[in-house]
Amino acid sequence: MPILNLAQALNQALFQALEKWDDVMVLGEDVGRTGGVFRVTDGLWERFGPERVVDTPVAESGIVGVGLGLAVGGMRPVVELQFMGFSYPALDQIINHVSRIRNRSRHRFTAPMVIRIPYGGGIGAAEHHSESMEAIYGHIPGLKVVVPSRPADAKGLLLAAIQDPDPVVFCEPIRLYRAVREEVAEEVYVTPLGEAAVEREGDDVTVVSWGAMMRECREAADAAAEAGISVELVDLRTLVPLDVDTVTESVRKTGRAVIVHEAPRTGGFGAEVMAQIFERCLYDLEGPVVRVTGWDTVFPLKRGEHLYLPDVGRVLSGIRRALEG
Amino acid sequence: MRQLLTPSGDLVGEAPFGLDLCVRLYRAMVVARSYDRKCVALQKQGRLATYAPFEGQEAAQIGSAAALEPDDWMVATYRDAAAMWAQGYPMELLVAGRTGDERGGSPPDHVNVLPPSITVGGHMVHAVGLAWAERLQGSSRIAITYFGDGATSEGDFHEALNFAGVYGVGCVFFCQNNGWAISMPRSAQTASETIAQKAIAYGMPGVQVDGNDLFAVYEVTRQAVERARAGEGPTLIEAVTYRLGPHTTSDDPGRYRDAGEVEEWRRRDPLERVRIFLSERGRWDPEWQAEVEEKAAREVERAVELAESLPPPAPGDVFGGMFESPPRHLREQQATLELYRAAGEG
Ligand SMILES: Cc1ncc(C[n+]2csc(CCOP(=O)(O)OP(=O)(O)O)c2C)c(N)n1
Repeated sequence: MPILNLAQALNQALFQALEKWDDVMVLGEDVGRTGGVFRVTDGLWERFGPERVVDTPVAESGIVGVGLGLAVGGMRPVVELQFMGFSYPALDQIINHVSRIRNRSRHRFTAPMVIRIPYGGGIGAAEHHSESMEAIYGHIPGLKVVVPSRPADAKGLLLAAIQDPDPVVFCEPIRLYRAVREEVAEEVYVTPLGEAAVEREGDDVTVVSWGAMMRECREAADAAAEAGISVELVDLRTLVPLDVDTVTESVRKTGRAVIVHEAPRTGGFGAEVMAQIFERCLYDLEGPVVRVTGWDTVFPLKRGEHLYLPDVGRVLSGIRRALEG
Repeated sequence: MRQLLTPSGDLVGEAPFGLDLCVRLYRAMVVARSYDRKCVALQKQGRLATYAPFEGQEAAQIGSAAALEPDDWMVATYRDAAAMWAQGYPMELLVAGRTGDERGGSPPDHVNVLPPSITVGGHMVHAVGLAWAERLQGSSRIAITYFGDGATSEGDFHEALNFAGVYGVGCVFFCQNNGWAISMPRSAQTASETIAQKAIAYGMPGVQVDGNDLFAVYEVTRQAVERARAGEGPTLIEAVTYRLGPHTTSDDPGRYRDAGEVEEWRRRDPLERVRIFLSERGRWDPEWQAEVEEKAAREVERAVELAESLPPPAPGDVFGGMFESPPRHLREQQATLELYRAAGEG
């Protein structure tokens, strides 16, 4: 099997979707001729032409709102918002229209569309380019929210999102685009939405994370193993719908949990995961659930990024705290 | 400003349609007015949620909708029930929507009309996408979107016209400049002399038309629709009209506008000039009017009965509309609500 990085895996998914389904189109700022600012759409414009791979004006609300019209009209648009920090102009369209057209028309009109949003920090980018606001999208009824952390999942999840009958917000971890590589099957396949993955099994403590922070969690799990701590690592992959069973089964087994995300702490999606653990398996816990998160601050610029982002050390320390508690 | 039929009923150009269609559209305006007044009355009785009356705008809505093919897309607002009904949206569903029932948002399969937009301005981009989708699928269906003068201040007005211009999609932008956006007069909404002139910025034609003139509205919309269908791109139409009633049933226009202004516009009633026109051609008399009104009232009454006979929504209706198949968390939440209800607690 070929070895691809995460950006290449996403590119392959888009390529295959455009090839397989005539109703799929890709729209966004700079997604065509230049292949996207992260090159995720590289080569699509050349192969499928400007009718299906559309460079749009710089207008996020328009991209999503026109995309919704395209979706209701019978197409399957995959729209890209260049960075999460620039997705907010589209929030009105996402909250007031995309997420509710099915409900407000009682299934008569639907929005099978994917909104791809590169997110997260760690690449020393300019202001607004490091946001990790997936909890905002997770809070909106009527959306599915997906956050892959590895190439093989990224491809399968994106293909699943494109075929999904409902709108999907697809958050792509910018700092992993080229940092993780693995074997990715060449054929078209689907990784079902709403299923978490137990990425490695362990007995002492459950670490739950998603997206970009999975890399730090993997390294922390390695380091913990060297110190004799057996970590069970759960990659949520989909935030909504949340695979509660995989999380609670793991927590029931280990009795301890650490939740890791780079988004701000207050109201972060970790709070929802923690609440689910408390509601469903409080009495299986042997200690307090620990959160390792970004701070409730504006994401610092390049020179201060390391002060904000949880690193392997902070995840390890979270694991220790969970075991002591 | 394009005008064909003056407020006193004089034809000052060539009629864009024959007498039969004129009679049919006049009848439609009578039905629309009957519907509108009935909704206001029902709201006062507490049978409808807040209602936004369109009295005074009948020619703008009926005349423009008449220029469409029955399967063209329409994306309109809370004040456009007449246009939606004229495009095939069942009246009982329009009433149902106003009773506060989502089932009112679900027209039959052959009716390509989205449920009315409650957010000001956000819906125009959808019409652009719809028209574009039709073109991509090789169909000649076009889309029309309705909005008010206030909506032209929203960012999405700009984004919609901009996208439509860039991709040359077959979308007709139909602005009903009814003079007011709640308490804000048109003059305070934009420094542009006309709304039609904004079209220049997007590389499309802009036309200003007397919105109370059924003939002129039909004519300019027909031209825009034909242009769109021929693949020649979008058009912005500004129909100058007037909201004779309050913004909604909760609004008191006495706080911000003169009764004199309203009276002046009453003299430009969109139905009256067509009535005179028909009367002068032997197609109108008081008995016929009474008959038309009576039939209209019955049609509206029937719609109200149907809407009010819908059974109340059940928990499954609240949860069932969110996704094609409800994910686990919604199934659990629905079960919880049902437990509360079974225990008499919800
Ligand atoms: C985005 C948004 N902002 C504010 C409102 C509240 N609101 C409802 S109607 C309205 C005025 C709209 O005026 P106009 O577009 O001229 O249409 P009209 O009501 O006169 O038909 C406002 C401010 C809203 N519904 N949506």
